Amino acid sequence: MKIGIPKEIHPGEKRVATTPEAAEQIIKLGFSVLLESGAGLAANISDEAYKEVGVEIVNNAKNLWKKADIVMKVRAPERHPELALDEIDLLSKGGSLISFIWPAQNEELMQKLAAKDATVLAMDSVPRMSRAQKLDALSSMANIAGYRAVIEAAQHFGRFFTGQITAAGKIPPAKVLVIGAGVAGLAAIGTAKSMGAIVRAFDTRPEVKEQIESMDAEFLLLDFKEEGAGAGGYAKTMSKEFIEAEMALFARQAMEVDIIITTALIPGKPAPKLITEGMVKSMKPGSIIVDLAAEQGGNCALTEKDQVVVKHDVTIIGYSNLPSRLANQSSQLYATNLRHLLTELCPEKNGEINVNMEDEVIRGTTVIKEGKITWPPPPPKLSAAPAPQTEAPAYAAAQEAKKSVIPDSVKQFIPLIIGGLALFGIGSVAPASFMAHFTVFVLACFIGYQVIWNVSASLHTPLMSVTNAISGIIVIGALVQISAPGFTISVLAGLAILIASINIAGGFLVTRRMLEMFRK
Amino acid sequence: MSHSLVTMSYIVATILFILSLSGLSNQETARRGNYYGMLGMAIAIIATTLSGSVTSYAILIVALLIGGAIGAKAALKVEMTQMPELVAIMHSLVGMAAVLVGYANFMDASTTLSGVEKNIHEVEIYIGILIGAVTFSGSVIAFGKLSERISGKPMLLPGRHWLNLGLLVLAIILGRMFLQQTETGGGTFPLLLMTVIALAFGVHMVMAIGGADMPVVVSMLNSYSGWAAAATGFMLSNDLLIVTGALVGSSGAILSYIMCRAMNRNFISVIAGGFGTSGGEAAVVEGEVTPISAEETAQLLLDAKNIMIIPGYGMAVAQAQHTVNEITKLLRDKGKKVGFGIHPVAGRMPGHMNVLLAEAKVPYDIVYEMDEINEDWGHVDVSIVIGANDIVNPSALDDPNSPIAGMPVLECWKGETTVVLKRSMASGYAGVGNPLFVLENTRMLFGDANATMQAVLKALKG
Repeated sequence: MKIGIPKEIHPGEKRVATTPEAAEQIIKLGFSVLLESGAGLAANISDEAYKEVGVEIVNNAKNLWKKADIVMKVRAPERHPELALDEIDLLSKGGSLISFIWPAQNEELMQKLAAKDATVLAMDSVPRMSRAQKLDALSSMANIAGYRAVIEAAQHFGRFFTGQITAAGKIPPAKVLVIGAGVAGLAAIGTAKSMGAIVRAFDTRPEVKEQIESMDAEFLLLDFKEEGAGAGGYAKTMSKEFIEAEMALFARQAMEVDIIITTALIPGKPAPKLITEGMVKSMKPGSIIVDLAAEQGGNCALTEKDQVVVKHDVTIIGYSNLPSRLANQSSQLYATNLRHLLTELCPEKNGEINVNMEDEVIRGTTVIKEGKITWPPPPPKLSAAPAPQTEAPAYAAAQEAKKSVIPDSVKQFIPLIIGGLALFGIGSVAPASFMAHFTVFVLACFIGYQVIWNVSASLHTPLMSVTNAISGIIVIGALVQISAPGFTISVLAGLAILIASINIAGGFLVTRRMLEMFRK
Repeated sequence: MSHSLVTMSYIVATILFILSLSGLSNQETARRGNYYGMLGMAIAIIATTLSGSVTSYAILIVALLIGGAIGAKAALKVEMTQMPELVAIMHSLVGMAAVLVGYANFMDASTTLSGVEKNIHEVEIYIGILIGAVTFSGSVIAFGKLSERISGKPMLLPGRHWLNLGLLVLAIILGRMFLQQTETGGGTFPLLLMTVIALAFGVHMVMAIGGADMPVVVSMLNSYSGWAAAATGFMLSNDLLIVTGALVGSSGAILSYIMCRAMNRNFISVIAGGFGTSGGEAAVVEGEVTPISAEETAQLLLDAKNIMIIPGYGMAVAQAQHTVNEITKLLRDKGKKVGFGIHPVAGRMPGHMNVLLAEAKVPYDIVYEMDEINEDWGHVDVSIVIGANDIVNPSALDDPNSPIAGMPVLECWKGETTVVLKRSMASGYAGVGNPLFVLENTRMLFGDANATMQAVLKALKG
């Protein structure tokens, strides 16, 4: 089948849906790849580079859409500015489209695509499962956005990120607050941290605390209990009380920090307003807010989409398409995501795609199949975060209840008491000669205890064989009896000697053989 | 040799034995420790022989030579994979010797004890034979199970706990009878009957224990053989025997404890037998496994930096350790970090895997214990599980109903990719399904461990 890569037409969109490296792999799967001339230029990839790996260059968009069986894009189809018609109209009837679609927000587009009997796979609908991670374009783009957010902030911030003591005076480190620790948030934390800033982070989902702390940032704890993880590992809308507590926290932080990066998004809903005008006012002059949720209306009340505005001496950056500002990098990652998707779609490597709705990953990604809208998919069976274990604690509690019949402190002493009583019992009847041997016995047990605990675990087998040999010492018992009067005794003792000497010889020799093998 | 000189020799022998065991604390001193043990044994035997109480040198020397020859032959012939069997059969020999010495002592009329001392002596004989007989028959069954002459599955008789209790009560009653009859010079019959009961008890006890619990059984029998020697020492009023028996006994006891802890099992429950018969219904493992070929495995290894190999009993069965070592060498030459992760109960006896790897000349400083590496799985790119199952079973940690719940396991699934070598999709020795096999980052390499490892080696070279 032929895969077509048109040039992106959205204003400011510099990404391209495949790179020469990815195209090479796709061709290996048996597909042929067509590219609209100049599609990669904005991402610094020339037509020649594509040609080298066997991609066919098509001179205009119309031809490309017509020839291709599958069209792979970054942005959802929209109106073509030069040709004055919709990209959807260019899509051949019954063709396939793979791109970002945002089906929840673009119902009209979905209807149009369905009318075309198209098969559409939405890169924004890839289910959140570990197997699907390699084709999760949202994550790979969010990673870039998080990085770029910090870079944009640094661009407008009038100071260093890292603290320094110089001859010209002391420079305090910048304080960065990251709200929302998804992929973008974590990328922002990592970038800001590596530039030397003090980073704090907040998220409604308590399970990300560990991830935040693993990046050496401080997790801002809210003194309020509510589970913030919704279906599929994304955040959900929180209760009113929670939001109030959260806002109070942000208000306190706003006065302190220099840079706020907000990444709070709830799937399919407008972004929550977290930074009010009052908070912006309270920030120090020269502070920066980078609003990664600008596309969905922004987390900050004063954000203007795709603009950098200065309000109350605070620079508010509302770029909605940060990945496109790192076009080469993001094209590379997006192209790889697409390539992985094709590998899933084409397990036979024969250049034909098979939209197998039994496969959970493909099922989730497919939003329209042959004209039928299949979005939204049934909820995924697996969540990226482990489901809370409800049974295990109950089990532990049951065990604890059982234990508490006899308190542990008492339990400890039971063997001691029994042992003491037993010793007392023996001591009250045993003659002196027995006690002498018994003393030796008990002391030997203690020596054994001390010595054996020091034995290295790797030498446990030699330990067993050497103790085998040593317990052959029972031969002494036979030796002292062999000369006792009586034939039977001699035979018994003789047999015992024979058996014990098997042990002695066998045990020591096999131990030696084993120990010889242990070499560095 | 005077009595004092003999005693002095015994003290020297005792000290040498202790040094021998303490030498095992690390690989460098272990060899020397073994020689100390030999020296101690030689001193003890020579001192006893020259003590004047021995006159029948002919039988003595013949018996020593025959026994020594058999032992030496066995020691030099045995395959390292058969070590558990050898150890088990040697335990049974100690038990047997204890029984024989006990009977010889019982028949020896030359002792001139009376009153309480005589009674205590009789009790010592009785107990010595009892422990010896249990050790003997138990070890023989353990040997049978380990060498697969007897099925590894636990044999569970109905009401087995009552049966055990009944046998114990019977042994105590017989002991009373034995004491009463010895007053008048008899007692042979109760003693013989008790021996039969003790033998039956030993058989029954080990038959009820499953294959996965073998490390515990082997070390427990090790302990018993020590106690048998100690009991013989009491019987003969010989401190050397008492000390040595106590050393061996506590050694085995500690090993059993370590093994039980490594399986999160209660010692009593292991001995009572019947693995996995209690507790709730374990979660059924569902999902599809992802197979992988030997060539792909080789590619995976070439792409990895940090590789961890987890051997289990299956590696011993397939004799794959030499191939594994060659792969290890090859990968290490390519600058990769290769390590081995050893679970305390991997294999059929304590330390079994270490010996196998040492035999294959894997350097021991890349062989790690579970506790040393279980924190580091995040850095491991590829882990290879060779013939192990229960020791890498995630349900031990997250399924409270699993029969192995709570047992510490090697958490290899936390690494990047896990390749599991397996003959087929059967459950492990403990009869437990393993959710590891269906995890996203697990690949299954089916086939005989040695054959597949050979194929991987070939692919790595080619």
